[in-house]
Amino acid sequence: MKQPNSTPTAELMLRETASQTAGPYVHIGLALDVAGLPEREEEIWNRMAKAEAEGEHIEVVGTVIDGNGDPVRDALIEAWQADSQGVYRPGFDLEQPFNGFGRTATTAEGASEWRLETIKPGAVTRGDGKVMAPHINLAIFARGINIQLQTRLYFEDEAQANASCPVLNAIESPTRRQTLFAKREEVNGKVRYRLDIRLQGEGETVFFDF
Amino acid sequence: MQDDNKRFVERDRDWHPPAYAPGYKTSVARSPSQALVSLQSPSISELGGPDFRRLRMGRYDNDLLMNYREGQGQDGLPVGERMMLFGRVVDQFGKPVPHTLVEMWQANAGGRYRHKKDAYLAPLDPNFGGVGRCLTDEQGWYRFRTVKPGPYPWGNGINTWRPAHIHVSVMGPAISTRLITQMYFEGDPLIPICPIVQTLKDPEAVETMIGRLDMAQSKPMDCLAYRFDLVVRGELQTYFENQ
Repeated sequence: MKQPNSTPTAELMLRETASQTAGPYVHIGLALDVAGLPEREEEIWNRMAKAEAEGEHIEVVGTVIDGNGDPVRDALIEAWQADSQGVYRPGFDLEQPFNGFGRTATTAEGASEWRLETIKPGAVTRGDGKVMAPHINLAIFARGINIQLQTRLYFEDEAQANASCPVLNAIESPTRRQTLFAKREEVNGKVRYRLDIRLQGEGETVFFDF
Repeated sequence: MQDDNKRFVERDRDWHPPAYAPGYKTSVARSPSQALVSLQSPSISELGGPDFRRLRMGRYDNDLLMNYREGQGQDGLPVGERMMLFGRVVDQFGKPVPHTLVEMWQANAGGRYRHKKDAYLAPLDPNFGGVGRCLTDEQGWYRFRTVKPGPYPWGNGINTWRPAHIHVSVMGPAISTRLITQMYFEGDPLIPICPIVQTLKDPEAVETMIGRLDMAQSKPMDCLAYRFDLVVRGELQTYFENQ
């Protein structure tokens, strides 16, 4: 058996189940309304924060662009973030004001934007005591993507925190760090951050392995 | 500071399909050309993930024979081979992964998806939706009841067909273990000629995606059973960090 990770324990370990693309109809399973299916009693979707959730309420929007510069109209995105205090709360419960996990999708309709209704996360302290700038973890699944692409959304108006973020600083090219900064907009008094995810080519978004 | 006193076994990206796999045409313009940036000190950001024990599930969420009726008042069953899809979610050390969310979706017996965008001429089944979800139990077991999906053609090559498959999605204990795959059926001759299956270089990796007929778990005079175990990344405790 081929063992590229040739550590002594590797032979004793099971191999991870291999990944496959989520395909063009991922919505049937993970975004029922987008597929045109009736929703179940509870769905995991893009309203991560209710009105009463603590913190700064924001909308996060964007597109996903392929290597030809065309919008990807069938991507599913999963978001995972800390609360406004920088604390991750694993317990998902639609009864509570805020959930750190959400899903959204780009679709064939209109501008093909994904959208999340959430709160701005607080800075998160790593085990080594270093403080990571506020960020939202995003995973992109779609037809043509064989294993999900993992990235982070940062906020352009957190310049100081961003400059000292150990994860951003692990990106060797400062030019490429810019691809993770969502731009702040104000629309009808609501704060909105925009991040376009470029899968390939000019301005290609940084994707992580972890 | 939050508990990030664990690690997951590094993902072997030569085992998984590469982003760029030109035989699968859509991957050509949807694969990054830059290298992935490796996070050498994973944090609670990556080492945690959602726990769905309080997600309210419907009675038939894991039973695709029962969970879709096009019109109110209908009580028909879907057409096709009745089957159970079941298995265990374990990590790479064989440790069961309890209470984790397993989701699945699929085409009907004729290879048609109930999705706005699927225009294949095989008809929809009025009694089949094609979506299921459940949590694994205390020992990591999950179970669905459905009909076996049919193969279908797609626009890749001139005459490319997908093998029968069920999309399977598992969360595991963290966003690091998050995995979406497809289960294929043992013995299907379309498997070796599928460009999506062929994105994998190692035939042993393909084996991890094949569901096995399990006569012992099938129900006589009712339905067959296919077993599909899922292996997510192994969880390690860390010691002597930052010293």
